[in-house]
Amino acid sequence: MTDAPLIQGRTGEWEVVIGLEVHAQVIARAKLFSGASTAFGAPPNSQVSLVDAAMPGMLPVINEACVEQAVRTGLALGAEINLTSVFDRKNYFYPDLPAGYQISQYGQPIVGKGEIVLDLADGGARTVGITRLHLEQDAGKSLHDRGPNATHVDLNRSGIALMEIVSEPDMRSAEEAGAYVRKLRSILRTIGTCDGNMDEGSMRCDVNVSVRRPGAALGTRTETKNLNSIRFVMRAVEYEARRQIEVLEDGGAVAQETRLFDPDRGETRPMRTKEEAHDYRYFPDPDLLPLTLDAEWVAKIKASLPELPDARKARFMAEYGLIADDAGVLVAERESADYFEALAEGRDAKTAANWVIHDLFGQLNRAGGEIADSPVSAAALGGLLDLIAGGAISGRIAKDVFAEMFASGREASAIVEEKGLRQVSDEGAIAAIVDQIIADNPGQAAAYATNPKVIGWFVGQVMKATQGQANPAVVNAVLRKKLEG
Amino acid sequence: MTAALTELTLGQARDGLAKGEFSSRELTEAHIAAVEGARDLNAFITETPERALAMADASDARRGNGEAGAMDGIPIAVKDLYCTDGVRTTAASRILESFVPPYESSVTANLWRAGAVMLGKTNMDEFAMGSANMFSFKGPAINPWRRDGDGPPLVPGGSSGGSAAAVAARVALGAIGTDTGGSIRQPASFCGVVGMKPTYGRCSRWGIVAFASSLDQAGPLARSVRDCAIMLGAMAGHDPRDSTSVDRPVPDYEAALGGGVKGLRVGIPAEYRVDDMPEEIERLWAQGVEWMKGQGAEAVDISLPHTRYALPAYYIVAPAEASSNLARYDGVKYGLRVPSDDLTEMYQKTRAAGFGPEVKRRVLIGTYVLSAGYYDAYYLKAQKLRTLIAADFRAAFQRVDVILTPTAPSAAFAVGEKMDDPIAMYLNDVFTVPASMAGLPAISIPAGLSAEGLPLGLHLIGRPFDEETVLRAAQAVEEAAGFTARPEGVGR
Repeated sequence: MTDAPLIQGRTGEWEVVIGLEVHAQVIARAKLFSGASTAFGAPPNSQVSLVDAAMPGMLPVINEACVEQAVRTGLALGAEINLTSVFDRKNYFYPDLPAGYQISQYGQPIVGKGEIVLDLADGGARTVGITRLHLEQDAGKSLHDRGPNATHVDLNRSGIALMEIVSEPDMRSAEEAGAYVRKLRSILRTIGTCDGNMDEGSMRCDVNVSVRRPGAALGTRTETKNLNSIRFVMRAVEYEARRQIEVLEDGGAVAQETRLFDPDRGETRPMRTKEEAHDYRYFPDPDLLPLTLDAEWVAKIKASLPELPDARKARFMAEYGLIADDAGVLVAERESADYFEALAEGRDAKTAANWVIHDLFGQLNRAGGEIADSPVSAAALGGLLDLIAGGAISGRIAKDVFAEMFASGREASAIVEEKGLRQVSDEGAIAAIVDQIIADNPGQAAAYATNPKVIGWFVGQVMKATQGQANPAVVNAVLRKKLEG
Repeated sequence: MTAALTELTLGQARDGLAKGEFSSRELTEAHIAAVEGARDLNAFITETPERALAMADASDARRGNGEAGAMDGIPIAVKDLYCTDGVRTTAASRILESFVPPYESSVTANLWRAGAVMLGKTNMDEFAMGSANMFSFKGPAINPWRRDGDGPPLVPGGSSGGSAAAVAARVALGAIGTDTGGSIRQPASFCGVVGMKPTYGRCSRWGIVAFASSLDQAGPLARSVRDCAIMLGAMAGHDPRDSTSVDRPVPDYEAALGGGVKGLRVGIPAEYRVDDMPEEIERLWAQGVEWMKGQGAEAVDISLPHTRYALPAYYIVAPAEASSNLARYDGVKYGLRVPSDDLTEMYQKTRAAGFGPEVKRRVLIGTYVLSAGYYDAYYLKAQKLRTLIAADFRAAFQRVDVILTPTAPSAAFAVGEKMDDPIAMYLNDVFTVPASMAGLPAISIPAGLSAEGLPLGLHLIGRPFDEETVLRAAQAVEEAAGFTARPEGVGR
């Protein structure tokens, strides 16, 4: 466990206390209580059933696939699965909430307490408690920009299943909050219950922040809503912590309120305060029976869970001899871990890890792409690594070949052949070049007797003459023989 | 001929159709004429004669092909709470005055599949909230019965008042209603017809405009117990689109009739002897007990100790659910919208103009009892009472097979009465609400006339999903009562 990082204020040190509520859109073909499609990006109001539009007399029917996803997620978080849970109505009026209530789980959620272990940059770890996970419906979308005098409503999203995953206030820095979201996203992606695409809104975070003197009781918290990137989560935490410390150090009090993050200005500000406080009048939805799960069914889901990131990291260290940092980076996304394992199959694992972490991730970062969209497949990169291992090209040439592969999507061997990059290992051919260079530079050759380090200059000349394609080991051996001879 | 066809019971009409004595077209034309002749009752919000004739012709064609269903060719009326595809469905509310659903409720779809013919959509209390059919944007429906020596027009009861009036006035062979706290049984009692609420979950609620989801249940109104059995058989059945609909086979209810009540244990609950109950109702109840005993049943005194909490608990639970169910009528998607530049003001103006006084009262009560700080004191406590009420019945049904009570504490009253006293109006349901709270099947059978010559009903309550015993016992009451009285001027 890592000690809580502290913030130095004008009047002393402060501890930041952070809890997160993550809304994760469930991967399912149909909505939580209707058969309408959930595909992203469809034309407005093209994926709306009679239930989603809250037509008179329409009734919700639970989609079992969404329940299974919630249970799968709960199990992956090591959480208690509640075999009986209850759907409640959360009542409020808004145009994008067609029924005038959202079906959610208030008193009895489907998933109870669990935890996530965060690996921190300093090599430490922090365990963050999960308070609960519950299923609820998403609302539709109000579009205020389609005309000067009207708000339009798109109900495609209305009724899509969300998992609200609530953490304990166990995080102590923006880095930890960022690591939490990343780790949670990695788990959800690994088990296939949420795609984690924050830019499409399929994962959104509400951040609760308070500050206190080290060891003191919890301070008053604010809730910053609807953050749609990890960077914004971290910036919102930093801003809120600083703002609250300033308020307190100036003798003020932090108001318990809901705030919004303005990404352009990098600051949070209070949400427009409603005239009256919301009273959601929760009560059990009489259209739905309590949700009861079969313990055996839950056990079957548990048995079908894939290897989770923490277990995979431990295995990468034990099986492939990777250091913790490298293993951690690789398992952060299921796709990169899969990529690495495909690449390491039958090859040197540490070399494979280096290529993925440094070369592939480097290119992807520059291109702004995800590993899933990599133009170089694991098989293709494996082809390149095999050329190096077989002595066909040098490691240095390989970097250029890789850049070319990334740009063109072509195979390594094709690029090497076309550009004539194959390494020259033929001793006779190299000896001829060496002889010529020694003949052209008698002074340098004579200096070898007193200064053997001059051999490096000769190596450089040979490589220059061969455009880097001569096998350095062969060049060294031939030079030593000729210069000593 | 025409008059004779409207005199038939539903069962007789079915048999006549089967024997080819008349066609569905003839039967339907006779009833369309009756509907037109009885417009002063205001029993219909929307008449659908063209659709009725088309359905009748289709039925005759099916019969010609030997494909007739259980209710083929039978013209019935449908409470305007059932969504009917392409036919305006208003719930008797201004807010849905021009709403035409693009879908058909499960219960009506079942009826049409059985071959029934729709005469139109009947008047009712707005969103099924009321006990006199006074709260309709279309104005009150009128009971075809009058007190001896005429007198003022009377209410048909509610909320399924139009359906009950239509059946009593012989303008429909049967009608469907919905019952949340007595909305089928009380109007059946007021209009001298049979009305049944089956077990909660027996009929699908899909496509019925919701009032109180945990209580709403579809049911038939007709002029005989057998007719109700025939209709219920066509209406009932599991529906995967309603999570509260129960997946169990639908028995042949008609076949359950005629078994008699010999050896049947009939419970008489002490707690249904309420203060101020008219003596004639007390007498009718005692008479009912004697009728049952006379046919070999055994009367058993029972206690349902939480009965007196049923009505107050009902008037917490039902409005609570209603306040949430009616939130969707907000002027945004369909129905009435009173425009405004401000969203909140649009909501306020729309709902102020769209809802009548009783709906507003219940939305307010429901919102209040669900509010933070009041939830535990009201809603939660009411739910606990509901559990106790159900437990009372469970215990009683260890000792008896069916429970006999009066249906309502009075006969039909005059249009306009009790309008200034909501509590007096709510007391109409004092005998019907407990079975609703427990989700039990119950039926009202016309059993006698009041001193003023108005029909009075007896009420039978059964075990969950034991509609068969309820119907069997009801038929015994029906036979013993020999109720042949009819409203002045109807069918004469």
